[in-house]
Amino acid sequence: MSTEFVKVEGLGKGFPGADEPVFERVNFDIAQGEFVCIIGHSGCGKTTILNVLAGLDTASEGHVFMERREVAGPSLERGVVFQGHALMPWLSVRSNIAFAVRSKWPEWNRAQVDAQVQKYVEMVGLTPAIDKKPSQLSGGMKQRVGIARAFAIEPRMLLLDEPFGALDALTRGTIQDELLRICAQTKQTVFMITHDVDEAILLADRILLMSNGPRARVAEIVRNTMPRDRQRAKLHHDPQYYRIRNHLVDFLVARSKLLSHGRAPARPAEVTPGLDPVEPAPEPDSTTTNPSNLLRSIA
Amino acid sequence: MATVKTGFTQTAGFRSALLSLLILALVLLVWHLATSAPAAAPAAAAAVANAPALTPEQIEYAKLMGKDPAATTGSATPQAVKSGFPTLAQMGTTIVHHLSQPFYDNGPNEKGIGLQLAYSLGRVGLGYLLAALVAIPLGFVIGMSPLVYRALDPFIQVLKPISPLAWMPLALYTIKDSSISGIFVIFICSVWPMLINTAFGVAGVRREWLNVARTLEVTPLRKAFLVILPAAAPTILTGMRISMGIAWLVIVAAEMLVGGTGIGYFVWNEWNNLSLPNVIFAILTIGIVGMLLDQLLARAQRAVTYVD
Repeated sequence: MSTEFVKVEGLGKGFPGADEPVFERVNFDIAQGEFVCIIGHSGCGKTTILNVLAGLDTASEGHVFMERREVAGPSLERGVVFQGHALMPWLSVRSNIAFAVRSKWPEWNRAQVDAQVQKYVEMVGLTPAIDKKPSQLSGGMKQRVGIARAFAIEPRMLLLDEPFGALDALTRGTIQDELLRICAQTKQTVFMITHDVDEAILLADRILLMSNGPRARVAEIVRNTMPRDRQRAKLHHDPQYYRIRNHLVDFLVARSKLLSHGRAPARPAEVTPGLDPVEPAPEPDSTTTNPSNLLRSIA
Repeated sequence: MATVKTGFTQTAGFRSALLSLLILALVLLVWHLATSAPAAAPAAAAAVANAPALTPEQIEYAKLMGKDPAATTGSATPQAVKSGFPTLAQMGTTIVHHLSQPFYDNGPNEKGIGLQLAYSLGRVGLGYLLAALVAIPLGFVIGMSPLVYRALDPFIQVLKPISPLAWMPLALYTIKDSSISGIFVIFICSVWPMLINTAFGVAGVRREWLNVARTLEVTPLRKAFLVILPAAAPTILTGMRISMGIAWLVIVAAEMLVGGTGIGYFVWNEWNNLSLPNVIFAILTIGIVGMLLDQLLARAQRAVTYVD
């Protein structure tokens, strides 16, 4: 995590007619090979931030830099996995991924393209379904194809917009494990939106906490202090897991609301729940939160 | 029980076919009863004809037609039946007659039905193809650009409801060729549904597919052919199918007006000959060819339709 790979500076987005921007003064950076999750309530502008990072949307203020160059449009350097898989229903799995591969390497011949496609289809475990149309696949399989398509162009950074939101818990768990394994293999830099606290702890190295809109900000950055070879099955045996989890839930339940309307700091503090001596809230023993404690600590 | 279950769809198909045949039989029966009634009373017609009641005008007309007035009175009964609504048997012989030699050509007023159809299909095909060449690219531009859409919308709204035949005098005056005018009329009537459906389909391409193309830095041409065209193809094909239906309707009317060749001209010519069997045969042919054209486009539509 030496030099910043992606730097987001003073990002803000307002819509004409609204007196307050949805989010403002959003600052954070992402190191190369880092997995960053962003958590916040609906309407705080997470997807807009991701779209600005992807180059699909423009911010009203602020800048995004990737390797010191400003992001000014979509690029093959940044792969996106969309919320609703966004596969083209008239193409088979193979052709969907081949479309992406050919876009990245137009000079490749058919055999090279096919080899790349097969490699990534195998990576997400869909080789038996390679010639099927998306309509013949389950929701989880479609999302896997979306992930394979994003990985197949070997982007410098991967952007995931709540990729598992529409999946059932079992399927989600399986794909999370796969994503964890693939990211460990490829040392992929990832920026991901999620609503699922456990998903964030399992996958992320750092978790950005966004306060509620309007005038939402990245209020705090939580460093995941658990070892990087996390496993979903063993995660909840680690006492550190609950400290982080409680911290995140506390934030979402109580503090995110209090920090709306620009009351969050523009330069978010980086905290390590459970290991931080200057932890704002006294650690509750149970998983239940105590809002009065939190209120006092904020005041 | 098992056989009943497995054969259910076949049974349903069989039943509907049976019902169709029954309706056909009923129609034919009504036809038969309706046409055989005047034939049952030839005596009355013969009595009228046998009476020396031919007016001087009728004798004159018969002479003009190159017929002996005396002979005409003699064979008045079959003549009367022949020029009336045909019986089923007469219809049958007409159909067999036409189908046995569809491509003969005995001068401008006597061509085989196949030849006439070929003329009509050629005009429809050419006008339709030209319309597709104009409407689909233009529809693409309109669908992609809200500005162009708004700019062209008033023109389309005004031009669309004009009956294609209303263009005919203008076309005849400017083009000075009746056959090309027919093609122009086909062009003008098939262009609108294709144009509007293409624009609608292109404008309705899902944002997320376009975003995929954007993040993959797909070139505009590749995006148009590999993302937008397949995504909009079912809607475009619907427009093409509607256009084909209209074109086939209009060609008959246009050829009646323009004359010379084609199935529409054939209908009009046979009406002037007062040959109702030929008219009915032509009507049936128009229906069947129209159905085949529609089936063809329906098949194409099915080929490009995707399940989302």
